[in-house]
Amino acid sequence: MTLESDQVAHVAMLARLGLSDEDVERYREQLDAILAHVDRLQQVDTSEVGETAQVGGLVNAWREDERRGCLPVEAALANAPKRRRDHFEVGAIQE
Amino acid sequence: MSSDTVAELGARLRRGETTPEELARAARSDLESLARLNPVLRYTDELAARQAGRAARLLAEAPETAGPLCGIPFAYKDVLCVEGVETSAGSRILQGFIPPYTGTALGRLLDAGAVPVAVTNCDEFAMGSSNENSAYGAVGNPWDGSRVPGGSSGGSAAVVAAGAVPFSLGTDTGGSIRQPASFCGVAGFKPTYGRVSRYGLIAFASSLDQIGPFARSVDDIARVYSAIAGHDPHDSTSSPEAVEPVDEQLGRGVEGLRLGVPHEYMAEGLEPGVRVAVETALAELEKLGASIEEVSLPSTEAALSTYYIIAPAECSANLARMDGVRFGLHVDRPSVTDTYLETRGRGFGPEVKRRIMLGTYALSSGYYDAYYRQAQKVRTLIADEFDRAFEKVDALVCPTSPIVAFPKGDRSDPLSMYLCDVLTLPVNLAGLPGISVPCGVSGGLPVGLQVIGPRMQDARVLRVAQAYERETIWHTRTAPAADVPGAAQ
Repeated sequence: MTLESDQVAHVAMLARLGLSDEDVERYREQLDAILAHVDRLQQVDTSEVGETAQVGGLVNAWREDERRGCLPVEAALANAPKRRRDHFEVGAIQE
Repeated sequence: MSSDTVAELGARLRRGETTPEELARAARSDLESLARLNPVLRYTDELAARQAGRAARLLAEAPETAGPLCGIPFAYKDVLCVEGVETSAGSRILQGFIPPYTGTALGRLLDAGAVPVAVTNCDEFAMGSSNENSAYGAVGNPWDGSRVPGGSSGGSAAVVAAGAVPFSLGTDTGGSIRQPASFCGVAGFKPTYGRVSRYGLIAFASSLDQIGPFARSVDDIARVYSAIAGHDPHDSTSSPEAVEPVDEQLGRGVEGLRLGVPHEYMAEGLEPGVRVAVETALAELEKLGASIEEVSLPSTEAALSTYYIIAPAECSANLARMDGVRFGLHVDRPSVTDTYLETRGRGFGPEVKRRIMLGTYALSSGYYDAYYRQAQKVRTLIADEFDRAFEKVDALVCPTSPIVAFPKGDRSDPLSMYLCDVLTLPVNLAGLPGISVPCGVSGGLPVGLQVIGPRMQDARVLRVAQAYERETIWHTRTAPAADVPGAAQ
């Protein structure tokens, strides 16, 4: 399977990565080579195998539903590039 | 340059021959002399002074309660958060980020009285095998400055190898502690997944990431591991199982232990000098009373592909939070979408973008089953094969890396770089503990021996590594570092 430039541009948009046309072409070549290698996975017979999402052996981690402290507002906002009063400022999502 | 261990420095502190302040100053000046290798991103002077003062008081007032790390200087990788000290994950996108809280592993070292003196360089967001992906410049290997120290925890490995600090912290997602330990000739340990809390570690691939130490002896590795291991309610993947006391295993040697050598790990592609060093180490372990037998891990060949689906998939999700809203770089544009595109386009380096795209692709509609779901199934096979091997043997021994440190710029093709991790990343996929200890040289450059154990048998891994180390001299060598040829950037 060969990766097309418009697929790379589509994935970059999904991931919100601004790329130039030259970037797209360079990543297309590199990702194509990586995917060609990764395609070996398709040869492994996994018809009888379940999926592993994590290997910690834990099934679930419960805790009591009780009130706990959290970051003070000033600490939470200390790294914000833009703030307005006690909020993070973002651009308008809808016109 | 000092090449003292934690144990030696601790003894000098207790005899009153030196102070925590003096050790921190000496470490800082040793680190400064390594500037041409670029292993340090910033110094933590204020925190160091505060901690050194605390340690000095503790040693003076209640020496019996002071642990082995009290007053000992160390460095940590630029992905671990300490309140009030910049952490940038080797990335432009987090340049100037000041964490509002301290991570658990670092917090436990601070509680133990250890003195952080510097934050070390690493590959951006811990993605890389050579430390060439740092936004703040590559790091040189203290044995040969024109070569890489390995990655992604290259700076943390280099400062220990050069003797500037007796230990450091790194993180290991696919080999990022063990491979640089191997390349730099020091010990580096990745504990069992879930043994050390990931709270306060900037996430790369959450089901694989684990924090661990570098040091110049296995005993020191054990001291640091004992301080940072254990359950943490802040990390729901941290294991609630009690930590087995390492002391009960250390010093017991390997007599009667069955050690397995996965024949797939000794296959072609292994550099001849690495093969010789590792085979000599196996013979040494046999002489010490262990039985060595061949085992098979047939899915090894599929592990690289599995890893390079799962790790990028998790990274694409984790790094979505780098959006220029709550922290980090923000490139202002009239539309929200353009702000994201520009912020992330400028903030991330090429390898991080590559992995985000690979992961986004593997998780996208139409490709999820073929890539991500299939990778998760192969991950099951890989973990099961390790489990079966551990029914026959107590631990596995093998090379850490098929090669020694390579020249900077030698592996500009991404796939060739990924192949560096072929002997370490299966261990992360299965969540096992693994250590690399120095076991010889090839062409004048260090070779690492990897010891892998079953889940939660961290102490056994340390026991085997220590038994080997006690009988050999490789860990006693300190890199020339400051006078090393080719160090200039």
